[in-house]
Amino acid sequence: MAEVNTGGDGGHGRHQKRRAKKLPTRIDMTPMVDLGFLLLTFFMLTTTFSKPKVIELTPPVKTNDSTKIKDTLALTVILSGNNKVYYYNGELKQDPDSNNINLTDLSDNGIRKVILQRNGYVLQQLAPLDQQRQTQHLSDSAYEKAKQKIQASKYALFVIIKTDSVAKYVNVVAMLDEMNICNVDKYALIDASKPEILMITDYDNKHNIK
Amino acid sequence: MPKVKLPRSSPSIDMTPMVDLAFLLVTFFMLTTKFRPEEAVSVTIPFSVSQTKLPDNVTTVSIDSAGRVFYDMDGKDTRIELIQKISDNFSAQLGGKLSGDDIMRFAVMGAFGVPYSQLKQYIESNEEQRKAMNTQSKGIPIDSLPHDELADWVQYGYNLALSDWYDKKDKNAQVTPPRFAIKADGNAKYEVVKKVIDICQKAGIQHFDLITSMKMKKN
Repeated sequence: MAEVNTGGDGGHGRHQKRRAKKLPTRIDMTPMVDLGFLLLTFFMLTTTFSKPKVIELTPPVKTNDSTKIKDTLALTVILSGNNKVYYYNGELKQDPDSNNINLTDLSDNGIRKVILQRNGYVLQQLAPLDQQRQTQHLSDSAYEKAKQKIQASKYALFVIIKTDSVAKYVNVVAMLDEMNICNVDKYALIDASKPEILMITDYDNKHNIK
Repeated sequence: MPKVKLPRSSPSIDMTPMVDLAFLLVTFFMLTTKFRPEEAVSVTIPFSVSQTKLPDNVTTVSIDSAGRVFYDMDGKDTRIELIQKISDNFSAQLGGKLSGDDIMRFAVMGAFGVPYSQLKQYIESNEEQRKAMNTQSKGIPIDSLPHDELADWVQYGYNLALSDWYDKKDKNAQVTPPRFAIKADGNAKYEVVKKVIDICQKAGIQHFDLITSMKMKKN
């Protein structure tokens, strides 16, 4: 299979008769090469190059200063058990008869729609950039830089993600993922407050949701 | 008139270049392959669309669906230092200091999730026994009562990884700073994950990498 020295094979017949028999300088490398290919196959099949992907998270360091966010720019999302997602705009109205809590889910037509609607400013600013990048007028690094600037602008939506005691980790990851998809860079991950938990239980009771 | 010689081609082909290439590939795959130790705990990680890859030099805390916590750290040298520190400071809980042999075994061990009281036994067990211990164990304690053991592991581990990085980064620019990854099961309660994050924040860790797998595009 794998003879290394080819060529020079013919034409020696007459000389060999006269001289003492020479040992061939060629070694049969077939077994070695077979083994080589076996190892190659093994390593190729067992190696996985793909590393798992990660979502980077930098939770806020606990401080006492509470930054006030403009009501019109704040969206609070409360993640609860059973994949339920509650949200309200601005400040929570603690009136049991007319609070501003709504229920949705984590599907494409659920919370994403809400966020995209509220995040109009950023999306509007990003649209021309996207177009420029598609027509190759903008390098990736320049695009990222401009995108970051837009996302950090003071008109960008601020999403407050809250969790109650029965929230599942998978929902938190899905929510953080939505932040990525909807180009929201300003978000915080904190615990739901007591009035909020009261309001969502109230909401569940009123609408017969389990 | 000279005879017209037809060039006689030898029936065997010169395979030297192919074999060379094959062995080159073998060498490459052999050197790049890192055998992964068997997972101590089975975790179904959630999906995301994130494109960021998991960095090197990472400490991983795994949380399974029942909320059990497992700890793992990259780097053999830092692992040796870590277990020595733990062995020195918590010998009473461990039931005596660990032997040099135990320390070497810990250095090459994968993730583990046993409290101090069972650690010695776990290190000295073989694969089968470890598997049994992993299924029975309740994970590393994260409650401050009686003792928050995860905080010790995280604190000492992170400090050692940091100082190791400081030592190495001047000589080798490719050494990355230590990162902290959380590999939690999708069905784990977020409360447990939050508790782990809190413990790590107290140890001075600010950035976390939540391990996810790529979402398949829906058609």
